[in-house]
Amino acid sequence: MNDRLRKYRNTMMMGIFIVATLIALIPLFGVLGYVVINGISALDLDFFMNLPKAMGVSGGGMANAIVGTLIMVLIASLIGMPVGILAAIYLTEYDRTSWLSIAVRFATDVLTGIPSIIVGIVIYTAVVLRMGHFSALAGGLALSIIMIPLIIRSTEEMLKLVSQSIREAGYALGISKRIIILRIILPTAAKGIITGAMLAVARVSGETAPLLFTALGNQYWARSLNEPIAALPVQIYQYATSPYAEWHQLAWAGSLVLILMVVILNLIARFAFRSRSN
Amino acid sequence: MFAKKSKLLTGILAGVLALSLVGCGANPSTPAGQEKAEPVNLTGSGSSFVYPLFNQQIEEYRKSNPHITINYQSTGSGAGIKQVSEQTIDFGATDGPMTEDQQTAAKGGKILHIPLTLGAVAISYNLPNGPKELKIGPAVLADIFLGKITTWNDQRIATENPGVTLPDTKITVAHRSDGSGTTYIFSDYLTAVNPEWSSKVGKGTSLNWPAGIGGKGNAGVAGAITQTPGSIGYLELAYAIQNNLSYATLQNKEGKWVAPSLQSTSAAAAAATIPDDMRVSIVNAPGADAYPIAGFAWALVYQDQKDKAKGTALINFLNWAVTDGQNLSEKLHYAKLPASLVSRVETMLKSVTSQGQPLMK
Amino acid sequence: MSKKTKLTASIGDQTLRLLTLLMAISVLVLMFWMGWQMFQSAGPSIDKFGFGFITGRVWDPVKEQFGALPFIYGTLMTSLLALLIATPIGLGVAIFLNEMAVTKVRMVVAFLVEMLAAIPSVVYGLWGIFILAPWLRETIQPALAKWFGFLPLFQGTPLGFGMLAGGLILAIMILPTIAAISGEVMAAVPNEQREAALALGATKWEMIRIAVLPYAKSGILGGIMLGLGRALGETMAVTMLIGNRPDILPSLFAPAYSMAAVIANEFTEATYDLYLSALVEIGLILFGITLILNVFARLLVWSVARGPKGGIS
Repeated sequence: MNDRLRKYRNTMMMGIFIVATLIALIPLFGVLGYVVINGISALDLDFFMNLPKAMGVSGGGMANAIVGTLIMVLIASLIGMPVGILAAIYLTEYDRTSWLSIAVRFATDVLTGIPSIIVGIVIYTAVVLRMGHFSALAGGLALSIIMIPLIIRSTEEMLKLVSQSIREAGYALGISKRIIILRIILPTAAKGIITGAMLAVARVSGETAPLLFTALGNQYWARSLNEPIAALPVQIYQYATSPYAEWHQLAWAGSLVLILMVVILNLIARFAFRSRSN
Repeated sequence: MFAKKSKLLTGILAGVLALSLVGCGANPSTPAGQEKAEPVNLTGSGSSFVYPLFNQQIEEYRKSNPHITINYQSTGSGAGIKQVSEQTIDFGATDGPMTEDQQTAAKGGKILHIPLTLGAVAISYNLPNGPKELKIGPAVLADIFLGKITTWNDQRIATENPGVTLPDTKITVAHRSDGSGTTYIFSDYLTAVNPEWSSKVGKGTSLNWPAGIGGKGNAGVAGAITQTPGSIGYLELAYAIQNNLSYATLQNKEGKWVAPSLQSTSAAAAAATIPDDMRVSIVNAPGADAYPIAGFAWALVYQDQKDKAKGTALINFLNWAVTDGQNLSEKLHYAKLPASLVSRVETMLKSVTSQGQPLMK
Repeated sequence: MSKKTKLTASIGDQTLRLLTLLMAISVLVLMFWMGWQMFQSAGPSIDKFGFGFITGRVWDPVKEQFGALPFIYGTLMTSLLALLIATPIGLGVAIFLNEMAVTKVRMVVAFLVEMLAAIPSVVYGLWGIFILAPWLRETIQPALAKWFGFLPLFQGTPLGFGMLAGGLILAIMILPTIAAISGEVMAAVPNEQREAALALGATKWEMIRIAVLPYAKSGILGGIMLGLGRALGETMAVTMLIGNRPDILPSLFAPAYSMAAVIANEFTEATYDLYLSALVEIGLILFGITLILNVFARLLVWSVARGPKGGIS
């Protein structure tokens, strides 16, 4: 094979990879651009301050849906983060190789792959039917099930990155294992764990399917965690499937807010990660 | 030093876990407010068809009754039936009546069907540069949806529309993909007028469609029709009007051609004989002005209310919704309930009790 | 250290160990519990239809007859189409990021690709309805029909909605998964491999082809499988684009239905037990497929972690 042909082929392949990357980015800008253009005009102070109004009444907002999403994500985090982080500690610090940790890792992967709508169905039959009503708790619980495997995975990765010599140094000094884990390993990996947690939060805040049969939705403020509660993705979905142009407008604005939330979380997570690696 | 701090941390972690576990296990019953001024929270769900009207009625009612909060979610008629049966909501709403089996399956006893409003199902089509008015008889309509008539210039469509030039575009049928009361009313009509439809497809909220593409919700069907030249589909009249879709004129039981409108819908309800339990199909109704594909939407309410305060609030609201609340209907393209029916509905509401006491006098 | 503090230390050690153990086990329990819950709810349908449920082609809620084949078909077709599109592009992105881009470009592009994965499904669905489907109907499908219309894959009325639209939106959604995991395994290829290839006078592409890709092969395959797993279970966006018609048609232009979509569409409307149970059984099948896929993907990724296969040795 002559060199010119090889060089030519090399240039061509490099070109192809660049083009592939550009193609991959087209939909991103397509989606973001459309959401921004359609959403921005409906985004005003009312949107963030007011409750949804009935059709034909101006000044309706999605304040309760935004707060509802925040509340359920908080519930999910309160359950999902401790469970996920502790389980990941077990997998890295206590038992890396036994059949139990292999099984737990496998379960984590399976749970990551489960369609979120199935989580909704299970929580509906197990929690909503038993409690007798839809609630913010049921919604938060459903989100926590989606969150747990994400947290386990990212935390495990981060704990594995902590150098083995730090652990050994700790043992050599006669420090107990618990202290090594809580005072040395966790703080060392903290930024990475927080990054993973934030990405998990970003991921669950956009979930629609598991909330349809658990949180239900609410056009007013929920006064307790035992009541149905509004959520931003669910509200977007409902407005998008209504026949009224005004509500479509709100759906776009809601999408914009949701995407902004997700992007900001991702940016902060990235930033935290960057400052760690520098 | 280390030990203390880490113990604290473990303690906090354990505490958070315990809290969250207690949180999801606990099942505190909502205290029942006895006083009238006590805030009452009602949750309902079901029919997406009544959602825009109901939503407005609730807002309006709240102006004079600020202590009553009614959360209504449009989850679909089937969900309304299922959830009211399982008592996960305080009331449901549906546009297809509950069957006998469903009524026996309800956990809280006897369920009343309270008529809320009337709706018409429009047959919308998308024919670019096509005729402004299109007539479709029952047999042709059934054969289009059965996939037997496949092009717009089919002889049988032409016969019903003399003098109209029809393009040779292929027909694309658009239908609901999710289960819905609209599908129920539409298939109820085709079952009533076409034996082949009745035996092959039948009526229900979800069907085994012989042809076409599915869209989710009325909006999904409206979108599919808007975006697909040559398409035809069925959807609630309000959605057809809102989306500026053309809709067909249908032939009613008396052989008259009638366009869907609030008047022709009310005419269908006025001509029908409505039984005492209000569960009635008014498709293919008699009467020269009656539009043939129309139906009621009902609220589903237990006759025996568990919670007196909630029950009272619910019954008072429904009573308002079928009387004063009806004035909001026409602006949103819903047909008013016939006056003769309203008084019967009020009698029905008076039969709702809690602990043996009637809730409304 | 005094005896007393040692004792409390060991109690503390035990508590933390037990606590973490408990949480780890709870994840395992969660998986089995979810499977069990679904298996129970699917009971009536499993009893009634048996294996015929999977091969049944009729989904008729009115006549109480349920077969899952059209949904399995639609799910597989759209997912395979998505893989076909996303794999080469995803690999291209991974190679670009790992082997070509300078750090700053890599940081930015990697972040953008991650954002692609972060956009909520319901937003993709909206965009698909208003942008992607009309574009397919007016531009892409007529062109495909013109050039490749002799193939059954590209015949029929261009509707926009259908398997093509579903497959494309899935391709966008799984691309980041494939790019990220392929990138990860490529990064794991020792630099010596690359240097050796370059030292032998290989061009960059030859280096990638000889020293990187063979080494990362099974890991990339694992990444593709995880992408497939995501495609199979994706709900909202597919529901909004696939056309929702339970039928088995050869054309990519034709509307179809996916397993997750039928659950999303009909779960709230399943007014009798058998219907509900049939829907849950579809969920159970999906659960099973996810499980099997994960076993394979895991095995593949592990085999990479264990050692090189191929490459310069």
